[in-house]
Amino acid sequence: MAPETEVNRDEFGISGEYQYGFSDTEKPIFKAEKGINHEIVEQISEIKNEPDWMRVFRHDALDIFFSKPRPKWGDVDLLNSIDFDNIYYYLKPVEEQGKTWDDVPEDIKNTFDRLGIPEAERKFLAGVSAQYDSEVVYHSMQEQLEKQGVIFLSMDDGLREYEDLVKEYWATAIPPADNKFAALNSAVWSGGSFVYIPKGVEVDIPLQAYFRINAENMGQFERTLIIADEGSRVHYIEGCTAPTYAADSLHSAVVELFALPGSHLRYTTIQNWSKNVFNLVTKRAVAHENATVEWVDGNLGSKLTMKFPCVYLVGEKAHAEILSIAFAGDGQHQDAGAKIYHAAPDTTSRITSKSISKDGGRASYRGMVKVYPDAVGSKVHVECDALLMGENSRSDTYPTMEIAEEQVQVEHEARVSKVGDEQLFYLMSRGLTEEEALVMVVNGFVEPFVKELPMEYAVEFNRLIQLEMEGSVG
Amino acid sequence: MSDNGHPLFEVENLKVAIDGNEILRGVDLTINEGEIHAIMGRNGSGKSTMANVVMGHPAYEVLEGSVKYKGKDVLELDTDERARLGMFLAFQYPMSIPGVTVAKFLHSALKARAEGGDVPVREFRVNLNKAMDLLGVDSSFASRYVNDGFSGGEKKRLEILQMFVLEPTLCILDETDSGLDIDALKTVAEGVNALRSEQRAMLLITHYQRVLNYVEPDVVHVMMDGKIVRTGGIDLAEALEEKGYEWIEQELFHDTDDATSAEAAQA
Repeated sequence: MAPETEVNRDEFGISGEYQYGFSDTEKPIFKAEKGINHEIVEQISEIKNEPDWMRVFRHDALDIFFSKPRPKWGDVDLLNSIDFDNIYYYLKPVEEQGKTWDDVPEDIKNTFDRLGIPEAERKFLAGVSAQYDSEVVYHSMQEQLEKQGVIFLSMDDGLREYEDLVKEYWATAIPPADNKFAALNSAVWSGGSFVYIPKGVEVDIPLQAYFRINAENMGQFERTLIIADEGSRVHYIEGCTAPTYAADSLHSAVVELFALPGSHLRYTTIQNWSKNVFNLVTKRAVAHENATVEWVDGNLGSKLTMKFPCVYLVGEKAHAEILSIAFAGDGQHQDAGAKIYHAAPDTTSRITSKSISKDGGRASYRGMVKVYPDAVGSKVHVECDALLMGENSRSDTYPTMEIAEEQVQVEHEARVSKVGDEQLFYLMSRGLTEEEALVMVVNGFVEPFVKELPMEYAVEFNRLIQLEMEGSVG
Repeated sequence: MSDNGHPLFEVENLKVAIDGNEILRGVDLTINEGEIHAIMGRNGSGKSTMANVVMGHPAYEVLEGSVKYKGKDVLELDTDERARLGMFLAFQYPMSIPGVTVAKFLHSALKARAEGGDVPVREFRVNLNKAMDLLGVDSSFASRYVNDGFSGGEKKRLEILQMFVLEPTLCILDETDSGLDIDALKTVAEGVNALRSEQRAMLLITHYQRVLNYVEPDVVHVMMDGKIVRTGGIDLAEALEEKGYEWIEQELFHDTDDATSAEAAQA
C-alpha cells in the first residue's frame, strides 16, 4: 500500500487543508456558511477533489435529505428542535470558529483536570487546537500495519488511494435513502476511517481511531468503512472517554462494516459528547458465512443520542453481538438499541443493552430483531437491563421482534432496577461511604461492558462513571 | 463469663420503631471485651431489628436509648463511620452486588478504613488467600461477583470471610447459622472461634441452640417481644433447647400476672 507521507498530506491531503489552508488568508478559503444547499455540497466535493461518482452521490443524497421528513418516532420534540439552517456543514478552521480555551465550558475543563488529560490533548479535545501530538503514535502504528498489508486511513485518503475498493462497498449497507440523517451524512460527509484487512490477517493491536483522528480533526459527519476480508480479524476503536466539546450541535456519522466469510470484526465506540450535541448515528454491518460482528457501544454524553447498531446476518452460521451501555444524566436522552436481521440458516445473535438513568435522565432501548423465512436454526438472545437513580429518571423499552421462521430460538429478558437502600446499607456496613457504595453498584452494573474494553479504556471509563456519579449523594 | 474485660458495647433502654410500630421496647445489653454473647429468640422478637439498628439501617427510627461502642454513642454516626470504627454485621440476608468481585469489594472496604486510603494489592491478596485457606473457601471465590448466584451457605461463608479480612472489634452475626448444613455450620463456627480474642467481642443472634454446640458463648440472652427477658449462661440455651420458648413465656406471664395483681392490690 502507499505509505501516507507528510508530503502527500500537505499537497493533497484534506488534513493539510484543514490545518494550514484555511488559516492562511493568502490561499483560497472555503467560505463557511450556515445552512445546507447544493452549492455547499459542490464546494465540499471540489475542495476534496473527488471523483465524479462521489460528487453525484453527494448531490443525490442531498435531494433525499431534503425530501425526507424528520423521523416521526423517538424523541420527536427534540428532533424537531434541530435547526438545520443554523448548522455549519463543513469543518471550519480553528480561527474562523474564533474559539479559544476561554470559550470552553468550565465543567469540561474540570473533567479534563480530573481525568488527568495532558494540556495539549485537552485543547484538541475541546476543539481549540486542530492538532494533538499523536502523529508519532499514529505513524509507528502505521508502519506495523503496513507490513501486514492493512489499510488504515482517513476516509478521504482512502477514497483517493483505493477508489475501486471504496466504490465497491460504499453505501451498500447504508444507502442515503435509509434515513434522513444518513442522507445528510452522505451529502456532506468528511473524515472518518477507511480500513481494509487482507485475507487471513489477524491484527493483534486494536486500531484506534483516536490517534488517527487526532492527527487531523474531529469530524461532525464522519464516514467510516471497514472491510474485513476472509478469515481476518480486527478490533477497531472509535472515540475516547474524555468529553468531546463540539460547538456545533449536530453529529451525524455513518459507519459501514463488512465481515467477509470467516472473519471476526469488532467495533468499539465510546462517546462522550458535550451535552449540547445531537448524536444521530447510523451503524450497520453485514456478516457473511461464519463471520462474527461485534458492536461494543458506550454512550455517555450528548443531549440526544439515537443509535441502533445493526447487523445483517446474510451467511450461514454468521454471528452478531451487540453490547451497549448508555448513561443518561439530567437533560439527556439516550435512545439506543440494536437491530439484527437473520437472513440465513443457523445464524446467532446476542443483544445486551444496559442503561443508567440518573437525575431525570432518560434512556430508551429500541430494538429490532427480524428472522426471515428459511433462517432455520437461528438463535436470538436479547437482554435489556436498566438502572434508575434519582427522581424522575426514566427508562423505556421498545423491543420489536418479527419472526417469520418457526424453527428458531428466541429469548428476551428485560429488567429495570433501582439502587436499593439495602444494597447501599450492605456496602456502607463494610466502611464505604454512601457515594463510594453508589459508585461501586454502578461500576458493577457496567462491568459486562467494561470488561470488553482494552485496559486503558476500561480504567478511564470507570473513572468517568465515578465523575458522573459525584454529587449524587445529598 | 469473663469478668476482667472493659465494656466494649453498651445498649441502654433502646426503643426502636419501623413504620410507626415499636419493635424494640427498651433493650439493655452490655458486652465486655473478649466476650461472646448469644441472643436467642423466636422470629419477630426483635433480634434482627437490634442488629440492623446497631449498624444504622436507615429504615428504623430510634425512639429512645443509647448504643455505645468503646464508650462513644454511635447512634448519630452514619453506617460507614460505625464500620470504620470497627463494628461489623454479618447479614442474615447478604445483598448481591453484580459485576463487583469479592476481591474488589474487600479491597475497597479495606482501603476505606486504611489510613491514607491505600492497601497495596499484593499485601491484600496475601491476606485474602490466607483467610480463604483458613475458612476452606475455594480460591475461585475471590473472582466471583459478591453474593451473585451464591448458595445460602456460600453467602454465609462470604460474611465470615469478610469478618476475617476486615478484622472488626465488634462482630454481630445475625442468624449466620440459619439454613446451613452441618459442614457449613462448622466452617462458620470455626471462623468465629478463630477470631475469638481478648480485644474482640461478638454477638451471635440465633434462632436455634445448635450453633452453640460449636461456639460456646459466655452469656446467653433471650429476647421476646422487643426486650431481653432472660440472661444466663450456656445452661439457659440448653434449657431452651429442651423446653422451647414456652416455659419462659409462661414464667413471664406469671410475672406479669403477679405485677398486675400487686398493682390491683395497691389500688
